[in-house]
Amino acid sequence: MLDFLKSPVAAIQDFYVLAGRAVRNIFRTPHYADDIALQMDVIGVGSLPIVFLVSFFSGVVITMQMSRALSQYGATGQVGQIVAITLVRELGPVLTAVVVAGRNASGIASELGSMTVTEQIDAMRALGTDPIQKLVTPRMIATCFMQPMLTIIADFVGIFGGFLIARLSLGLSTSQYWTNAYEALKYNDIVQGLLKPLVFAFVISLVGCFYGLRTSGGTQGVGRSTTTAVVVSIVWVFMITALLTRIFVNLS
Amino acid sequence: MGAAHTAPPAGSLLRFENVTVCFDELEALHQVSFEMRAGETRVVLGAAGSGKTVLLKTALGLIKPDAGRVFLFGHDITNVPERDLFDIRSQVGVLFQEGGLFDSITVAENVAYPLVNRKTHTVPASEVDSRVQDALRFVELEHTLDKYPSELSGGMRRRVGIARAVVSEPPLVLYDSPTAGLDPITANTIMALIAKERDTQNTANLIVTQRYQDGQLMANFRYNRNRGYLEPVSGNGDAAGHGSNSTGTVFMVMKEGIVVFEGTQAELEASSDPYVIRFVPKYS
Ligand SMILES: Nc1ncnc2c1ncn2[C@@H]1O[C@H](COP(=O)(O)OP(=O)(O)O)[C@@H](O)[C@H]1O
Ligand SMILES: [Mg+2]
Repeated sequence: MLDFLKSPVAAIQDFYVLAGRAVRNIFRTPHYADDIALQMDVIGVGSLPIVFLVSFFSGVVITMQMSRALSQYGATGQVGQIVAITLVRELGPVLTAVVVAGRNASGIASELGSMTVTEQIDAMRALGTDPIQKLVTPRMIATCFMQPMLTIIADFVGIFGGFLIARLSLGLSTSQYWTNAYEALKYNDIVQGLLKPLVFAFVISLVGCFYGLRTSGGTQGVGRSTTTAVVVSIVWVFMITALLTRIFVNLS
Repeated sequence: MGAAHTAPPAGSLLRFENVTVCFDELEALHQVSFEMRAGETRVVLGAAGSGKTVLLKTALGLIKPDAGRVFLFGHDITNVPERDLFDIRSQVGVLFQEGGLFDSITVAENVAYPLVNRKTHTVPASEVDSRVQDALRFVELEHTLDKYPSELSGGMRRRVGIARAVVSEPPLVLYDSPTAGLDPITANTIMALIAKERDTQNTANLIVTQRYQDGQLMANFRYNRNRGYLEPVSGNGDAAGHGSNSTGTVFMVMKEGIVVFEGTQAELEASSDPYVIRFVPKYS
């Protein structure tokens, strides 16, 4: 009767097993430091340009939109506050997560997917290497390390984008904008702004690995896994951000 | 399964006891039982999708059976956790159907992989290079050391795969469809290499294939070390060479996960099962 639930429930269970083994491997030898460094480069440095672009224009757009709404109350001077809160609490983490999901969940899924269909994963296991230790854990560590960094950068770049509009188009003074932005941020905002990317990173990297490793059906299968990994990780990002926001809103 | 379980006798390399493997609804292996002994060549024939690859991966513990038991070198590996399998797996060479060569590292690093990654039976670092070169010379690819697998042709990649499978001199080598997707001439070269490996190192071989010619070559030819080429085995065979079993070759035929035939080449050719004789080309 509940047969239709069997496969999603089994998939979630498999995902937990993978996550558990990936985390446990952090505390086990061997550690593949080279692979971690390589993945940090691919995931972190590689995502920088697009994170820059996306967050800059978000800051610009928020400032333009908000200035119109704020001018009705004669409060255009408060725009720095709105931009800072929106970006640090929500848009910085989420936009970065969407970028990382699009670039890296897909990259990880297609790489591990091709390794699966060409039996490189089987060969690894047959030759005495644990693929979770060698492939999954380094990607998870690298993403969890780089994504909060990317988010901080995105926050700054976004607020800076907002500043350009505030200065050039709204005529606010430099100190007015930055002081307003700075004073708006509470401890709680910083915590949620850094906790979110950490959780997203964990989910995105593991979803990418999960769908990569369960690829079947040759080259076509790799394409399917890649698409699924991106869609699933983005859906999770939005569900998690709703959940975490709810928790933090209750806290304050 | 009874609780009182008799371990297989010594000299048993690989033993399946009523092994069943399922993927969701599909039974990829159904109640498969057989035993391989030292010095044996076992050729498994079967159509695509008959479960040959699954059989081979189950033998290595890469796939866990849903029922039955698998013994490798006399050890029950059925429910052994992955970490404890690495040691016993290092005694088995394997050539995967899709090659399984790591495409992020060079040919030489691929071939060295089994030597440098083992936890036990490690090879001194000074020996690794010469072992790798020997293995690549064996498959006549010593000039490709620094190339990447993607730069090689399909036949060359198979040969690198063979070099990697045998570099650690394992007593048992598993070959998954070594000739699939190759032209007949390259396929013969590959099979000749496999026979040469068997007869120079005295390994036991499990060869999974769709091509009857592959089994025929393994059953009827031996590599002559002194002369350096393959020659038909003489002995109790008839003039054409078949019927002879002095290479210790056993044939097995699989159909939809079930072993439908096990026996010598002569028995295979005399079979009346229409599925089984599909694999035996008619002789003129
Ligand atoms: N990982 C898997 N998941 C689901 N089904 C599989 C898997 N591996 C193999 N199968 C199925 O098991 C059957 C046997 O496959 P296989 O052993 O690869 O056949 P072959 O004899 O061609 O090597 C096929 O029907 C295949 O679709
Ligand atoms: Mg196969």
